[in-house]
Amino acid sequence: MTVNLSDPTPPEVSGTTRDPAWTARVFWMLGALVLLWPALVLSEFKPWVLLEPGALKPAMNFVAGFFPPRTDAEFLALLARETWRTVAMATAGLTLALLLAVPLALLSVRVLSVSAISGAMAPMPLALRQVVRWVLTLLRSVPELVWALVFVRVVGLGPTSGVLAIALTYGGMLGKVYADILESSDTHACTSLMRNGAGRLQAFFYALLPQTATELTSYTVYRWECAIRSSAVLGFVGAGGLGQLMDSSMKMFNGAEVASILMVFMALVWLADRISAVLREALA
Amino acid sequence: MQSPEPNTAGATNDTCKLPPKLFHARCWACWLVLGVVVLVIASFATLNLQWAKFGSWDAMARMGRFMRELMDPQWGLAFVVKVAWAALETLAMSAVGTLLAVVFGLALALPAARSHAQDPARWRGVARLLLNALRSTPELVWAALLLIAAGLGPFAGTLALALHTTGVLGRLFAETLENAPPSPAFALRVRGVSGWRVFLYATLPQVLPQVLSYSLYRWENNIRAAAVLGVVGAGGLGQMLAFYMGLFQMGETSTVLLAMLVLVALVDALSYAVRNALSR
Repeated sequence: MTVNLSDPTPPEVSGTTRDPAWTARVFWMLGALVLLWPALVLSEFKPWVLLEPGALKPAMNFVAGFFPPRTDAEFLALLARETWRTVAMATAGLTLALLLAVPLALLSVRVLSVSAISGAMAPMPLALRQVVRWVLTLLRSVPELVWALVFVRVVGLGPTSGVLAIALTYGGMLGKVYADILESSDTHACTSLMRNGAGRLQAFFYALLPQTATELTSYTVYRWECAIRSSAVLGFVGAGGLGQLMDSSMKMFNGAEVASILMVFMALVWLADRISAVLREALA
Repeated sequence: MQSPEPNTAGATNDTCKLPPKLFHARCWACWLVLGVVVLVIASFATLNLQWAKFGSWDAMARMGRFMRELMDPQWGLAFVVKVAWAALETLAMSAVGTLLAVVFGLALALPAARSHAQDPARWRGVARLLLNALRSTPELVWAALLLIAAGLGPFAGTLALALHTTGVLGRLFAETLENAPPSPAFALRVRGVSGWRVFLYATLPQVLPQVLSYSLYRWENNIRAAAVLGVVGAGGLGQMLAFYMGLFQMGETSTVLLAMLVLVALVDALSYAVRNALSR
């Protein structure tokens, strides 16, 4: 849009001042729509099925059941127990993930290699580190929901499978990020210690850890928050906690229970988010 | 909350550097560590985890058989084609879901952002509350809720992705809009240009790169989410996985799992390459 600056009166902005890029914009929009067509067909995108009476009526009945939410003492006690179980699953899972992640991260860090302080790393340690890295990638590229599906088959319904699923996926994520944080820290102190005969663990505790402790803790707290969110969802495949409760209420079309569970769920996510934000701020 | 370093919490001047006594009321770090330890112990104590069952000979044998069966994927041509279609369906779900989320996210970000100092922004609180509610319900919960209205299949999954992502993107877009440099919009507004035109010709071109990069990032996340969303019956690879696992057909399950891993790995590699190319 060009504006004549010497003109004292503001120019009339109306439909007559044409956008010079108009044709190009329309052309690209149409092109995008053509590309989008197969995606719409594949995802069976038919918004009108929502408005068909056969679908609309049960949905409306279900939503109407949301008010008032169920708040009798018996149900609230059940809800409180499942909420605690969700938090406990996340915490226990993350603890096991730490037990998995810390050794694997230490094994995969190049900085702590004794052979690498004088030139290239020896082939065996190099191979070991690469293998550990692959293990970490494999652990975290399987989503926790899939791990939970697998473990529900092996150990049966209940929180054990949820804890194991969180432990494996989050072990992979934490291990990878811990290794990255350690690698990107200032390695000067670490190499000096190792050149003077310190062991790998000594070098880690006295050179690497003091620099990176806050960053490592803050990432762990953030992951705890994520673990709470996913442990609430894991119940949908039978791993206990709020998800399982919601799944069973939903299968019985009990809108009042679903409404209560949804509210508790949102409050839990919000609380975890606030706690993690406060802790991370305090650490920074 | 005060600083968690115990040696600064009680210091009033430089000569007083002694850390406060352990479990002194000011030793935030001690209390924090104690709290974490209590939380962890309480979690393990109350969950009654079945380690005995998990470590038992029976479970080991079952795990071994399970793994052996998983090692033998089904490679029949007809089935592989079916899995490939499901993978395409997953991709389509994530693409349509993200696109819808970009449109609705932008539509909600406009009332949720205070675009200039004189903007009354009457709907800001309401829009932010809505965005937060959309965002704090995970995709899987949305999908389970939508199954009642939209029925089994990818449409429910697409809508679920769209709803959750609308919340995430709307918040990010609102922040982007508030942080955009105000001068071009001010120049147009001072000349009496209407609100819509100010947005289209001054604010949007400035925030477009950021909007695009957020949207692509969420698309990447959504491909991963769409792959597992199906386990509640919302289409794509996840639905196939839950179906064949329910029937204990491990050969087919194994192929679907492999397809999922390949899809996620491809997306990871692609996004890594694009990021590298862009940052160079």
